[in-house]
Amino acid sequence: MTRLNVLLHEMVPDHQIMTPEEVADLLQSFGIDEDQLPKIYHDDPAVKACKAVPGNVLRIIRKSQTAGEATSYRLVVRRPKK
Amino acid sequence: MTVPKRVGRIEFGLLSPKQIRDMSVCKVIWPDTYDDDGFPYPKGLMDPSLGVIDPGLRCKTCGQKQGECPGHFGHIDLAKPVIHVGYTRLIRKLLRVTCRECGRLLLDKEEIEKFSALEDDPYSDETIGEKDVKKERVCPYCGEQQLKINFEKPTSFIEVATETDDAGKSHKIEHKLTSADIRERLERIPDEDLRLLGIDPEVARPEWAVLTVLPVPPVTVRPSIILENGQRSEDDLTHKLVDIIRINQRFKENQDAGAPQLIIEDLWELLQYHVTTYLDNEVAGCPPARHRSGRPLKTLSQRLKGKDGRFRGSLSGKRVNFSSRTVISPDPNLSVGEVGVPLAIANEMSVPVRVTKQNIEDMRTMIRIGPNRPTLRDPCGANYVNRPDGRRIRLIAGPEGNCDTVAEMIEPGWKVDRQLRDGDIVLFNRQPSLHRMSIMSHHIKVMNGRTFRLNPAVCPPYNADFDGDEMNLHVPQTEEARAEAELLVAVQENILSPRFGAPIIGGLHDHISGIFTLTNQTKWFNKSEFLYLMKYTKMEHLPEPGKVVDGVPYWSNKQAFSVILPKDVSMFYKATCCQNCNPCTKDSKEGCPNDAFVRIVDGELLSGTIDKKSVGAMDGTILNRIIRLHGTGRAKEYIDDLTKLAIRGIMLQGFSYGINDTDLGKNEHKQIREVLDKAEDDAAQKIKIFEQGHLEPMPGRTPEETLELQLMSELGKARDRTGDIASRKLGFENSAVVMAVSGARGSMLNMAQMAGCIGQQAVRGERLSRGYEDRTLPHFRRGDKGAGAHGFVRNSYKSGLTPTEFFFHAIGGREGLVDTAVRTSQSGYLQRRMINALQDLKVAYDGTVRSTGGKIIQFIYGEDGTDPAKSASGLPVDVKGIAESVLKEEI
Repeated sequence: MTRLNVLLHEMVPDHQIMTPEEVADLLQSFGIDEDQLPKIYHDDPAVKACKAVPGNVLRIIRKSQTAGEATSYRLVVRRPKK
Repeated sequence: MTVPKRVGRIEFGLLSPKQIRDMSVCKVIWPDTYDDDGFPYPKGLMDPSLGVIDPGLRCKTCGQKQGECPGHFGHIDLAKPVIHVGYTRLIRKLLRVTCRECGRLLLDKEEIEKFSALEDDPYSDETIGEKDVKKERVCPYCGEQQLKINFEKPTSFIEVATETDDAGKSHKIEHKLTSADIRERLERIPDEDLRLLGIDPEVARPEWAVLTVLPVPPVTVRPSIILENGQRSEDDLTHKLVDIIRINQRFKENQDAGAPQLIIEDLWELLQYHVTTYLDNEVAGCPPARHRSGRPLKTLSQRLKGKDGRFRGSLSGKRVNFSSRTVISPDPNLSVGEVGVPLAIANEMSVPVRVTKQNIEDMRTMIRIGPNRPTLRDPCGANYVNRPDGRRIRLIAGPEGNCDTVAEMIEPGWKVDRQLRDGDIVLFNRQPSLHRMSIMSHHIKVMNGRTFRLNPAVCPPYNADFDGDEMNLHVPQTEEARAEAELLVAVQENILSPRFGAPIIGGLHDHISGIFTLTNQTKWFNKSEFLYLMKYTKMEHLPEPGKVVDGVPYWSNKQAFSVILPKDVSMFYKATCCQNCNPCTKDSKEGCPNDAFVRIVDGELLSGTIDKKSVGAMDGTILNRIIRLHGTGRAKEYIDDLTKLAIRGIMLQGFSYGINDTDLGKNEHKQIREVLDKAEDDAAQKIKIFEQGHLEPMPGRTPEETLELQLMSELGKARDRTGDIASRKLGFENSAVVMAVSGARGSMLNMAQMAGCIGQQAVRGERLSRGYEDRTLPHFRRGDKGAGAHGFVRNSYKSGLTPTEFFFHAIGGREGLVDTAVRTSQSGYLQRRMINALQDLKVAYDGTVRSTGGKIIQFIYGEDGTDPAKSASGLPVDVKGIAESVLKEEI
């Protein structure tokens, strides 16, 4: 069965894995620690599709009606068991 | 001042029996409070060592007076262990994941490894749960077969063993675990296994969740009150503790006397019940303990839980001084930035003023006037004088008063609590405070009467009306608070709503009707009429007359409106009264027949009618433009001018509505009758087709549904047609039409219902169908599908309803009432959850949205960094508006 790559769907924003240097720059520019970043679960379909693992930081570039493009960053974490 | 400390960590644990005994000052064994002489029984629930509640006495334990002694705990030794209801879930989990024999966690080393491996993963905080252990397995350590454990609310645990008898049949044998059994099992669980389960054994050994000793709270926690008749009335907690001690004593006696097992079990259960309800009187599966009067007791959990509980009611609920509350009423002569305050309130409330060399004489006069300012015209007085040493002198009026003496005493450095006077800034609020415009600052105007007065134009942000609404007023007491009130909370700073980026304050009802009748088409006024209109606006010069006939100057209605506009406003748009004609004739020589196309060039209204679109609250396009061009101060002036002009405009002709305004001619009544008759006939025809089975169903619908839809639309159309007939007869001389067309209030539908026909009543979008068997009322035949039998009201509000119609109308009306009631409660709860989730987010200086922990929620506020109140109805730039004001022509 061919699985759908969610990243290709037009409603799914662009997810990129950032390099450690980029992450360091990002954290420095906002003056924050890694755990002050917004989180995303490791089993999120988009995270699985771009093969990110816990500890990676994703750059998510969304289309925005007002701003054109809105960039946000998320730290991949394991989903806690319930 | 003490240095504020940071909370490093919070530990949640259980009180161990040892801790309970250590903190106890008294072992309570006597199940009573006071003897007949009013003295507390020693070792009773009111033992003097537990704290003092009577003034004058000293605590036996700490020797402090009432109010200083915090109270001291006692304890009750329970005859047998009893489960704490708050921990039944925890106990259930522990019983299920540990061995019934050796108490070890029912996972072998490898399985535990899987979880322990996660310990080095900083992104996980997982502990072992009930689901990780298979049910009824064999213990990997001692080989014991595990049994299923059922939990029954509120506090019973039952072990179920399956046994196979000789015949090969399996039965279930149920065995109820006693609290003592459970406690024993929990004691056996080793510390290291508890850590895997997320429990720190240092502070919370699980067996402490089964009580062997019960702490008795200090009397200060459960004070008894003395009623008017001199009788003592004990607190609910005391009542409950009496029950516990009594049963406990009886239990002990029976135990010592060697009573039969059955009696012991009964007493044990009773003790469990009392301890359970003492802790929580609202547990599922447990009848609540009641007072003699039948009222359920308010025990420990009830004191903390819910809206009036300790957290939401006592700790987060704030009470304030310097506030007042009364009914509101309208006063259109006030500015929107003002509020009328009754003299009685202005005399009572005060502002502290520091005495300086410069103001000492003024302060003396205020003090001499004292606390009773007699009339509005008098300067304000003062209520208190505060000396630098912290002493406070109350000013007393009259010949025996101290006003004159105190006036001579004051020196620079003292503070005088001055009464409110005109121009003082106050915060004004109406609940529910759903958005930031629910609290705005106004300048006060002291008035006679007993109500707060406010300009009706500020009703929309408060969502206020004058049917008995009350509002609150707070007086800021410091310079900073007054500065913030002036700069951030002022009415004009809140004209633009951050909800939709357009003005929320504006003309309403009569303002819109007034400005509509004034500006519609072209009217000419002579000098005295024109001055009458402009009397209360801030007009400084008469404009050049629009025309001069026989040497008499005349001014047009459009000029009157132009006077209040700033001179650089240029706008082009369709007003609310635009009928969307096809083709639109606004560019033709005659222009729009309804005068609905507004052209404003350089602050001159050239054509068009000013109505809801231009000035209404939540609309107000002109107001919006003025704020962008000249700021909020000018916008406030514009609102004040506009409302005053509009009211003058409406007063030119007067504006009222009576029963005869719904009158139609003979002809119209005949036409309406014909339309309704025809509609009912058509409906009957459709029903006939349906009954014969010839009705073609619509795709995806049954024939019945198709019929219902067709009837609904048929009858709906008939109602609209009667409205058309009525409105053809009624024109702009009819006030309801003016209100509907200008957008002031009501709609053409409301008018059609008054004059023409009320139409079909519906519940959930369908015709009325429920009530009796196969019919709505016994007045109809069973299965009658006709219009009248299912809620079609062919009368108008004026002609009056038949009894069945009236009943149907009540049914339809009820739905709306229920909907609003449900909606308000639901949205209130939604709002609460939302506020709790968002209350400590803030926009940091770098533009990010962060929580208190510095965690980033958004990298740029709103992902575009735009303040919605400064956006153009949601868009970052108002391109059309800018282009039009530059080019001065429509785009």
